[in-house]
Amino acid sequence: MNIAVQCEELAKTFEKKNRVIALDRVSFTVEKHEIFGIVGPNGSGKSTLIRILSTLLIPDTGWARIFGHDVVRQYGRVRPCINRVSVDAAFFKGISAWENLRYAARLYGLSSGVAKERTLEILDRLGFERKRYYEPLEDLSRGMQQKVAIARAFFTAPMLLLLDEPTTGLDPRSKLDVQEYVRRSMNQDGLTIILTTHDMHEAESLCDRVAIIINGRFVTMGKPSELLARYKKNNLEEVFLEVTGREWKEIEYES
Amino acid sequence: MNPRGHAYGSIAFIERNFALIKRYIGWELVFLTYNVVNALAIGLIGATMGKDKVLYLVIGAMVWGFLSILFHEISESIAWERWEGTIEYTFMAPISRFVHLIGNCLHAVAYGVVRSTIILLILVVFFGISVEGANLPALFVIFVVSGLSFVGLGLVAAILPLLSTEKGAYATHIFEAVLLLISGVYYEITVLPVWIRPLSYISPATYTLRAMRAALLDGASFSELLPTILLLLAIGFVLIPLGMLVFKQAEYYAKKTGKLKRSG
Ligand SMILES: Nc1ncnc2c1ncn2[C@@H]1O[C@H](COP(=O)(O)OP(=O)(O)O)[C@@H](O)[C@H]1O
Ligand SMILES: [Mg+2]
Repeated sequence: MNIAVQCEELAKTFEKKNRVIALDRVSFTVEKHEIFGIVGPNGSGKSTLIRILSTLLIPDTGWARIFGHDVVRQYGRVRPCINRVSVDAAFFKGISAWENLRYAARLYGLSSGVAKERTLEILDRLGFERKRYYEPLEDLSRGMQQKVAIARAFFTAPMLLLLDEPTTGLDPRSKLDVQEYVRRSMNQDGLTIILTTHDMHEAESLCDRVAIIINGRFVTMGKPSELLARYKKNNLEEVFLEVTGREWKEIEYES
Repeated sequence: MNPRGHAYGSIAFIERNFALIKRYIGWELVFLTYNVVNALAIGLIGATMGKDKVLYLVIGAMVWGFLSILFHEISESIAWERWEGTIEYTFMAPISRFVHLIGNCLHAVAYGVVRSTIILLILVVFFGISVEGANLPALFVIFVVSGLSFVGLGLVAAILPLLSTEKGAYATHIFEAVLLLISGVYYEITVLPVWIRPLSYISPATYTLRAMRAALLDGASFSELLPTILLLLAIGFVLIPLGMLVFKQAEYYAKKTGKLKRSG
């Protein structure tokens, strides 16, 4: 079996002041050792999908399996295999990177020694200054906080990483550091990544396959080169215009 | 996860919460000072009413201090995770909810014991309290069994911040205030208006205070205290599993309706 993730007709609606169809019958498969990109504007359902795969949200209909385990019924089997980075670096902001990472280590049954060794190694590669490891996170820049979030996700050695807009809002330098780290981490055995992004160039350069999502639906999916060939376009932005009838730049601007 | 993993798991919450306390140690000192002064002031009110009233009121301040910390810390640690958004990371980790909640409870107990001991020592020195003739071993037993019942209450209350960050925090504070009113912390519940009194009987703090005063003021024996001790124990044994069960239900509901999300 070479399948890491399999989703079938996943749907999710939220009832707030009005009904929002966040995910509309999405089906796809991700193979092991693949970086699968999901590109779409704000509110298109990317995080909803990631949350379902993270066992944090229960879909209304459809199912998803991670390494053969159902994310709803077998969440206990799924959780040890996965980790996630979200767009907001959710931490206890008053305490240090080290204290936050040590907390994460305990949740994954890892000792603090292992945690320190692995996270410092990851942070070194991300260009994070070691001396800031012990400072309260609220004193670190957004880019540095996001690097700590990357370390938190990678150091538990997950088989599937869910990266939800890991580079959105980062300064250009941090963005490159993170992209480079993700690219190089693919040399690790058995790692599979699902990455959502706002950045068409990132999707094109980083991902083996890309899906374009809008209003909770996958409108097209394939290898970046295949998509360009299929629609006879030069880049993914043009593909986006072709399949959605909307200008990517405009949508970016709106959000 | 193996047993060692689970042990690490519950340590996570104790360690993290103490890291947060260390970080905000200034506030910790402010609250402690406030608690001490409050307890002293209440004890001094007793001093104006006659020496025997001092201990009566000091017991109220002590017991309430301890129980409200237990209750408060457990729901607060969930509330804090909601504010920071880390709750999603805690929930998706391979750790059972049981270990998670036990970890939070252990923290609350450790924290409550440390704080209450500090306050107790200050009170004893300040008022020169003598506990001659009191049943001191009973004091510890009562603390333990009432602690269990309040841990249970805290677990039940923890679902409120889980379901709504802000409204949940309001609700737990109001609940705590009502407990203070109805449990006879600084007075006999017989002085309460008749229509409130039935509420007193459902608060475990009422029984705790009654037993504590009997043990310390009247030197009541274990056999006299036994019914109350068993009752408190029973409340704990019902409320703790119930709290865990309700919490799991609330977690399911939150995952169904998308309540865990803060942003992004
Ligand atoms: N927990 C939630 N509760 C209510 N509405 C939500 C929730 N999560 C997402 N939504 C709504 O669902 C839609 C899709 O959101 P999301 O999946 O976060 O999109 P994206 O990550 O692509 O920006 C949006 O309209 C959003 O407001
Ligand atoms: Mg999102």
